[in-house]
Amino acid sequence: MKKFLPLIILAILFILPLIGLSSYIMHILVLVIMWSIIGMAWNLLGGYCGQVSFGHAAFFGMGAYTAGLLYYHLGLSAWWGLLVCIPVLGVFSLVIGFICLRLRGPYFALATLALGEVLRVTAENLVKFTQGDLGILIKQRTWIEKTWYFYVILLLAAGSFFLIKKVMESRLGYYFVAIREDQDAANSLGINTTLYKTIALCLSGVLTGVAGAFYMNYMGYIDPTTVFPLYDISIVTVMVVMVGGVATYWGPVIGALIMVFLAEVIRSVPKIGAAHQTLFGILLIFIIIFLPNGIVGDFRKMVGLFKPRGALK
Amino acid sequence: MAAQVELFLQTLISGFLLGGLYALIGLGMALIMGVMRIINLAHGDLMMVAMYVAYWLFTLFHIDPYLSVFVATPLLFFLGVGLQKFLINPVMKVESILPHNQVILTVGIGMVLTNLATVFFTSNYRSTPVSYASKAWYLTDFWKEAPIELSLSAPWSLSFLMAVIFTMALWFFLTRTDTGKSIRATAQDIDAAMLMGVNVGRMRVATFGIGAALVGGAGCLFIPIYYLYPTLGKQFTNIGFVITVLGGMGSTEGAIIGGLILGIFESMTATYLGMGWAPVGRFMIFVAALIFLPGGVASFLRKKRLGK
Repeated sequence: MKKFLPLIILAILFILPLIGLSSYIMHILVLVIMWSIIGMAWNLLGGYCGQVSFGHAAFFGMGAYTAGLLYYHLGLSAWWGLLVCIPVLGVFSLVIGFICLRLRGPYFALATLALGEVLRVTAENLVKFTQGDLGILIKQRTWIEKTWYFYVILLLAAGSFFLIKKVMESRLGYYFVAIREDQDAANSLGINTTLYKTIALCLSGVLTGVAGAFYMNYMGYIDPTTVFPLYDISIVTVMVVMVGGVATYWGPVIGALIMVFLAEVIRSVPKIGAAHQTLFGILLIFIIIFLPNGIVGDFRKMVGLFKPRGALK
Repeated sequence: MAAQVELFLQTLISGFLLGGLYALIGLGMALIMGVMRIINLAHGDLMMVAMYVAYWLFTLFHIDPYLSVFVATPLLFFLGVGLQKFLINPVMKVESILPHNQVILTVGIGMVLTNLATVFFTSNYRSTPVSYASKAWYLTDFWKEAPIELSLSAPWSLSFLMAVIFTMALWFFLTRTDTGKSIRATAQDIDAAMLMGVNVGRMRVATFGIGAALVGGAGCLFIPIYYLYPTLGKQFTNIGFVITVLGGMGSTEGAIIGGLILGIFESMTATYLGMGWAPVGRFMIFVAALIFLPGGVASFLRKKRLGK
């Protein structure tokens, strides 16, 4: 049963649009699935390999701009961005990994944090190439209905899920976990830690970039502050995984579901809407102190909290 | 030719003055990094809080920003102590998969501070229009036949001077007092310090407080020459950690030198490339430091000292 759970959920999601949901609900679902891809990608690098990144907006924005610039400069369909961003993000992640992953601990977190900012500033300043703050607008979106976008992102998400599952069940996955648990021990067992960390970064960067390219197609408009922000993308990515569960397959999905719905609910409340980041921040602090392994990781602990005392005996 | 030399020297001077202030931001971060092995990503946001304190003191009570240093610094000290005691210390005890939980926690703190500032004070740009804001000293005032003209802005020099005083005070505290020595011992080797009877937990709390107080002081010195908005913290957090990496993780001397280097470099990029590129310049320095000088300036200093 457990083995088929992903397939069952996929099948349920596949028939979901057929029951005629409103386009607002479909929009939320698309966002949830997009965020779970980004969360899964971050989880591969941060959760399994232990390299915490505070700058996944850099990869996301890079993917979005790859798609947008293909459309803007070459007149190709922005859907080509989904393919083209794979080599682009791969090379980009290689370079970043080469610089930052040779060193340990907080350096990488810091470098990625700065990276998002730098790309935003670059995109704002290279006005001739990226249109700067004007952003890039796709004049005609492919579909008006959300249904097809839903299927596209669902396929991408399913692909990412199975890819990550395959990777984590292979030799590579065990290397990643070994590096997270003890880098010195991993090194002394003959694992080339830099190489495997770079592989994790490349996989993570490419998946996030694909989500970014999809975002360009879906939203039809991007500018530097919507695709490279620190809090609204990089930190939310970390939160999606932290809330859902670090180093679990389903954590990012659950996290994305909670975060997207929470954001929508909070934003719709008048007056409190402006303070949504405060509430997110408090939620983050709460999760770190009480459920450090997320909802999926600490599920047993959480159930234990709600059970009456007698039942534990 | 003269004009170019003039521009260059002027850029160098303003870079140096800016660097002195940056050093103060970097010092607080380096201190926290050294003792707790974490990067405080709420550092710039603490500075933003101090700047708002100075701003409201100036607007409501007409207290000079340089005097509000004496209000904001203790206030930030207690804020830092509170954060460490009630939020960061409990997280240090929690068992989790990720080792960077405390860093993520500081991000959460920064997010809350920024957003609260936006909600309460709106995201308008604010400044304290002090009467001496545009006062400056010129080279030709002192030396009539000077071939080039250089100027020294009064608030900038005053801020720089105060930053130097702060740094001296910190140096005195760290080298001459008992608490200061205990903090340095904790930074060098936590286990050894603990065995020598240093109350490591209290030192952590004190360090975070002092780090916050330093950056609070820097905020008060920045507000007469800069402007203020809620999301300004992020930028100064970036500056702080570039300095920390450039100086060598956790080294205080390195942070001072790193601050000066960054200040001058940033001033140069702003003059010769354009204001908007300053963050990119910062990142270039960061990358260069990681590749060519991974131990930072501190490792360089250490090597020289050992060579003697």
